[in-house]
Amino acid sequence: MPKILRRERLVPNIHVLEVEAPEVAAKAQAGQFVMVMPDERGERIPLTIADWDRKAGSVTVVFMMVGTTSHKLAGLKAGDEIPVFVGPLGKPAEVGSYGSVLCAGGCFGIAAIHPIARAMKEAGNKVTVLIDVKASYLLYWEDKLRKVSDRFLVSARDPHFSSKEYVPHKVRSLLDGPDKPGRVVAIGCTYLMSSVSEATRAAGVRTMVALNPIMVDGTGMCGACRCTVGGKPKFACVDGPEFDGHAVDWGEVFFRRKSYVEDEMKSLCVWERGRLGPESVEEVPQGV
Amino acid sequence: MSEEKKELSAEDKARLKAQFDLPWRQELRKSMPAKDRTKIQRQKMPERPADVRNADFLEVNQGLSAQAAQLEAKRCLDCPNSPCVLGCPVSIDIPSFVKLIEKGEFEAAARKLKETNSLPAICGRVCPQESQCEAVCTMKRASGVSVAIGNLERFAADYERERGKVVMPRLSPATGRKVAVVGAGPAGLTVAGDLAKAGHQVTVFEALHTAGGVLVYGIPEFRLPKRILKAEVEYLRRLGVELRLNFVVGRTATMEDLKAQGYEAFFVASGAGLPNFMKIPGENLVGVYSANEYLTRVNLMKAYDFPNYDTPMLVGRKVAVIGGGNVAMDSVRNAKRLGAEWAAIIYRRSAQEMPARAEEIHHAEEEGIEFHYLQAPTKFIGDESGRVQAMECLKMELGEPDASGRRRPVPMKGSEYVKEVDLVVMAIGQSPNPLIGQTTPGLKMGKWGNVDVDWKTMATSIPGVWAGGDIVRGGATVILAMGDARLAAAQMDQHLKSLGKKQG
Repeated sequence: MPKILRRERLVPNIHVLEVEAPEVAAKAQAGQFVMVMPDERGERIPLTIADWDRKAGSVTVVFMMVGTTSHKLAGLKAGDEIPVFVGPLGKPAEVGSYGSVLCAGGCFGIAAIHPIARAMKEAGNKVTVLIDVKASYLLYWEDKLRKVSDRFLVSARDPHFSSKEYVPHKVRSLLDGPDKPGRVVAIGCTYLMSSVSEATRAAGVRTMVALNPIMVDGTGMCGACRCTVGGKPKFACVDGPEFDGHAVDWGEVFFRRKSYVEDEMKSLCVWERGRLGPESVEEVPQGV
Repeated sequence: MSEEKKELSAEDKARLKAQFDLPWRQELRKSMPAKDRTKIQRQKMPERPADVRNADFLEVNQGLSAQAAQLEAKRCLDCPNSPCVLGCPVSIDIPSFVKLIEKGEFEAAARKLKETNSLPAICGRVCPQESQCEAVCTMKRASGVSVAIGNLERFAADYERERGKVVMPRLSPATGRKVAVVGAGPAGLTVAGDLAKAGHQVTVFEALHTAGGVLVYGIPEFRLPKRILKAEVEYLRRLGVELRLNFVVGRTATMEDLKAQGYEAFFVASGAGLPNFMKIPGENLVGVYSANEYLTRVNLMKAYDFPNYDTPMLVGRKVAVIGGGNVAMDSVRNAKRLGAEWAAIIYRRSAQEMPARAEEIHHAEEEGIEFHYLQAPTKFIGDESGRVQAMECLKMELGEPDASGRRRPVPMKGSEYVKEVDLVVMAIGQSPNPLIGQTTPGLKMGKWGNVDVDWKTMATSIPGVWAGGDIVRGGATVILAMGDARLAAAQMDQHLKSLGKKQG
């Protein structure tokens, strides 16, 4: 079984996981993902590959603690083994020569944008990395991102940073600026990706997003990750995860992401009670 | 599609004749006149009561007792032409194993089955025998009711697994040749078994975390308990087959990569892992599942035991399953077991055209499933949170037969009506999984996204690569996949043996 090499808390609710997975490392390309299952009773979830080391045979993913699965992952330590860490899945990100490229990331996407920025830079583009954080203490991987970019910008609603604009506003001002990007890539929560896509629509700058819908197998078999792009049905796992943000039916992505919110809370309560004792958390929600 | 088997091969004929002529067979035939055999009633498969079983996931069919199995075996006339063997996609020596049961040699019967079928406990449960071996049974012509060959197959295999000793077959000397099998479903496991017995070093690559393919993610526990599949996979492991789970050929490594690692023959059996949708409005609403997702959540991820298992699933009170095949039956019976008050099949043709097995339809009816024929959804309607709350259906009448020979459903103008539902399962078929095609340059694909093969050999357009099962057929059956696999395995064995014994 794949072995955990490192698990660290980067910021309060975001962790990095480095896993021994030589075959995945050998094949990984920017924009691909792995399916991960933390234990035998766990759920299979997709996580974007944030980095890899082909020589050491390791693959790095970054995740935010939300539900039971990510809480279980956050409890892992070096030497632990997990039953599923399979990949690399999905089509690699579109990388070409666009002159100036803007890579926007937020939340787990701060890490997920890293390999794409690197690939864009290696392809000879002038890369601007634009990171969205709510507060300065939520920023991570600044060094790593600076290394793969020509310009590093942060938008935060925090006096620590000069720019207090939310990412889409910042994107708009960059589009009006001197070094207008010929290509935009955005990864993060659905809201960030949809609002960046909206910000670039009028200017007609092709904007790629990495959709992160719910998946089960991650290889095309189940269709849980289906979405509508350009009016056509697509499976994020085999046709994506990267799509043209201007063509995505965002309303549908939002709805489908929320399919199991009540179940997820119930599952998390059960898990916390099992770990911390029955007195530690409120009642498990009934019904559903 | 594949060519129908019209005649047995000369070797098969000789094999059957030799068994037919054995003294014990002759004696057994003489021990009871055919007339008396036709008088025996077909032994009923014991089933758990419908109102009990539709609330749990335990197996419906309970298996014949030894006594009933022997009585059933007596019904076989042991006729000289044995048409049943021709009716079997893997040409099992059916008379031999049935007569061994009559004689009381149950373990020998299981071994006889395993000579040609490495997964008899599974086939005995999920094969459509009524349209294969049992359809052409001489007893059916004589008395109107065929010998229960499938139930006997299940009996022998279960007996060996539960009470007998599983005897390992003799393996041919090791050839040192490496074989890669893509996908651990019925076709892949069959090739693996056959080639391991022939002395080759077989690795099966499986994308999921459990071996079995559709047998583990698709077919429910109440029809095929997972412990049976586990035992069959364990048997293959003991034959020396290596299983590499969590390995997606095409992504984790391409076939080219594996070739560079020394694999000399490939069998592609990656299945029909791409669910079809109708492409009608509202199909992406929350609460509209593909059958693959619905069944995978329940079977593979054990969502029925949520929150003890982490994978959730939406539970419906009013569940419509669209389609009329076995997958639709599995889905609708699952919905009932998960507590649906109303669980119905919505099928666009009539009962006569429905492709599901008679037994599955019968079981579903007993369990309280409703069947709504000659109608099809035209759109799904959601609430403000994007969850399905109703569907609009259109009524149909039957017109002229189409390419499949079934009468084509023709919409009746103005017959639309709206039905309240809170869960919909689309069970209208699967297409071949696209991954291998996308990642294997030079592999010739058919127009349905299937891998193109020569049906006589199952060889693909790339030398050294064979394929079988749903990746070439689209959504078909377990036994047809296994038939492809046996054919391919024989060809692959020949190819590998022609390379000679590997040195070192």
